[in-house]
Amino acid sequence: MNVSQHMSDKARKHLKSRYAKERRFRFYGLSAVLFAIASLGWLLLSLFATGLTAFQEHYVTLEAEMTVSAFAPPDQRSVETLRIADYKSIVENAIEAKFPDVRTAGEKDLLFALISESGATDHLRKRVVRNPDIIGSKIVMTVPTSDQVDQLLKGHIDRNVPEARRQISDQQILWLDDLRARGAIKKKFNSILFFNPDSRDPELAGIASAAVGSVMIVIIAFILALPIGVGAAIYLDEFAPRNRLRDWVEININNLAAVPSIIFGLLGLAVFINIFGFQRSIPLVGGMVLALRAFPTIVIATRAALRSVSPAMVDGALSLGASHVQAVFQQKVPQAMPGILTGSIVSMALVLGETAPLLMIGMVAFVTEIPTTVTDPATALPVQIFLWSESPERAWSERTAAAILILLAILMTMNALAIWLRSRLGKRR
Amino acid sequence: MEIIQLYTLLLIGVLSIGGFAYNRNVARASVRALRQSGPAETRWHSHPNYHGYLTGWSVALVGFGLFIIFNLVFPNQVALQTVSILLGTSLAGLLVFKKIAPAFPARIYTERFIKTTLLALSGLAILTTFGIVFSLIFESLRFFADVPLFDFLTGLKWSPQTAVRSDQIGSSGAFGAVPVLLGTFIIMAIAIGVAGPVGLMIAIYLSEYASRRMRAIVKPIIEILAGIPTVVFGFFALLTVGPAIRNLTDALGIAVPTQSALSAGVVMGVMIIPLISSLSDDVINAVPRSLRDGAYALGATKSETMKQVIFPSALPGIMAAFLLAISRAIGETMIVVMAAGRAANLTGNPFESVTTVTVQIVALLTGGPEFDSTKTLAAFALGLVLFAITLILNIIALRTVRKYREVSLA
Repeated sequence: MNVSQHMSDKARKHLKSRYAKERRFRFYGLSAVLFAIASLGWLLLSLFATGLTAFQEHYVTLEAEMTVSAFAPPDQRSVETLRIADYKSIVENAIEAKFPDVRTAGEKDLLFALISESGATDHLRKRVVRNPDIIGSKIVMTVPTSDQVDQLLKGHIDRNVPEARRQISDQQILWLDDLRARGAIKKKFNSILFFNPDSRDPELAGIASAAVGSVMIVIIAFILALPIGVGAAIYLDEFAPRNRLRDWVEININNLAAVPSIIFGLLGLAVFINIFGFQRSIPLVGGMVLALRAFPTIVIATRAALRSVSPAMVDGALSLGASHVQAVFQQKVPQAMPGILTGSIVSMALVLGETAPLLMIGMVAFVTEIPTTVTDPATALPVQIFLWSESPERAWSERTAAAILILLAILMTMNALAIWLRSRLGKRR
Repeated sequence: MEIIQLYTLLLIGVLSIGGFAYNRNVARASVRALRQSGPAETRWHSHPNYHGYLTGWSVALVGFGLFIIFNLVFPNQVALQTVSILLGTSLAGLLVFKKIAPAFPARIYTERFIKTTLLALSGLAILTTFGIVFSLIFESLRFFADVPLFDFLTGLKWSPQTAVRSDQIGSSGAFGAVPVLLGTFIIMAIAIGVAGPVGLMIAIYLSEYASRRMRAIVKPIIEILAGIPTVVFGFFALLTVGPAIRNLTDALGIAVPTQSALSAGVVMGVMIIPLISSLSDDVINAVPRSLRDGAYALGATKSETMKQVIFPSALPGIMAAFLLAISRAIGETMIVVMAAGRAANLTGNPFESVTTVTVQIVALLTGGPEFDSTKTLAAFALGLVLFAITLILNIIALRTVRKYREVSLA
């Protein structure tokens, strides 16, 4: 009997091993996909696990006696004197009123440490400046607890570790439990995180100044990079003579899109700050530097969009007597608009997430005021994240992760907007 | 830059739009007037709009020109600047106004204006590159006047801590770049070690094995990784991966600091995965269908086709993708700043904390000393090295990738 060579034992074995190899290869591929997805999942999960609790904060409600003696006499009251009144003693009295049996100075200090000192005094100061009539009366105030207390109440500080190894004493925990039992401590949405500028105290730190700085930077970068990018792309694709110079410019732009972003920061430092004499740390320079960073990607996106327009549109316009410029600007560019817009939004997302060039031009300052113009010292959201991440305390890492979650939410929204715009404008053709 | 300058820019914009509207209306009115009273067949060379556009462009050009001249040559002469801008722009508007006539080829001039403007905009691209090259070279030359180039490139000790006061003894630091370059290389190698195989296998799996539906789901998920800011990856490396690696190695009995080359490299690898996978995907899909079909017809399995037919013919493109990934890894800043540490150890051990070129640039420039110190200039010398390396890698890679697609690195 003549067995085919393909059916011999040797051949079967060979085939089996080939199929095993095939399955292994396929498994490697699937593992690679799963690895990437798992990494993303781990990243997001760790951010949520760390940052989600920062969106709520514990507040303590106290009754404050606005003693007249803490303020300047009535005839000398002005905004200035009201600002420097002795709010600290009012706050101290308010918290001690809750625990009349606390006598020694050391215990009083511990008690006072339960609440955020600057948080409470700032709160009173604002209310008094807004309405000086409350002086002499008794008011109810709700102020943030100190970051340690907040962390303890959130369960991030273990009550069971020995007292010496935690920053909050047993006595303080007893007081806290007492306050909680009396209903004086509440967990509320952490609006401070959204509406406060940066602060040395984690419980008072917010992203407002950085967010405003980021908005300014993105707007400036957009205003500068969009016309430059779109203009350069139109010129290269439509009007530039086909020669070596054009090839060179093209390679140049593609290379610029791949140059490390920190190099753009060095350029900004050497040119905008040292030669043109702009100030450091201002959003104007940040916006200009990131415009240079973003425009090559806008050029690339615009050229891809222009190339996807059917040549028939341009040919039709030309044959009806339109000039070349008319055909390009009245037919081709409007058709390419969805692609151009998508590309620009994506590049603005890039600008919003950029950190390194901003470090180079000094936007790492500690900014406690919300900038009002583009020449005020400011910082940006990713830089704020970087600054906060340098503090190892749990209260800071929690807020860093929360700021990251906010940044990612904004970036997601921008990308979703880009996708939505593309599909919506695409339909109208 | 004062707020008044912003108002000046706004004024130029308003003048330009006003000039456009006014002269367009004048042209429209004269078209109408000629149609009613003039000879029966008056043909206008240009549509009235073009007389308007020409006005707008010239006004804007004169305005911005004067604005730039004043800011560069006579700064802080706000009154004079405003007056001359007003005069100059109205003169430009008046010139076009005088020209409004049927025979005036306003469209031709407008189109010339447009083309010149576009040319100038694409010239900015070259200007940016020149700006980078010259600022880096200029500052580096000043650095190499202090520290010889040879010592910089071959020195084995990096400790740029110069004295605060110039009269202090021993004020010169050591600027040997070898430990820094070595650290950069180690982290890059770890990153590519992670991203290379994973990214390539993802591209292969998605293009050869995955169903259409799986591809539609998985591709965007992997693209998300590309959209996450690097500072987020840095925080992830610092807060999660570093401690995780430390715990793991503690269990194995090796002492690893939280800030190690390994955690920064691995996280950077994860960040680079989408770059490699999407570029390789394009390259693999660009291999002619006939090669694939031929291999299948000979009885090859998918993996054999991939390894022996598609991979060799896609190799140049895949190499290019790797080169771009290397360039990205070398230039990456935030991950290493946050997770790799700052000590310049001359070591090949990935478990130690190493430093990179970008980390040192940040460390040298965020201290904020006076600008001329050797320390600050050293940052530019490192920047020049970084730019030169990435430029070479990018150009080789871009030339190759261009064959497969119009490269987009966004």
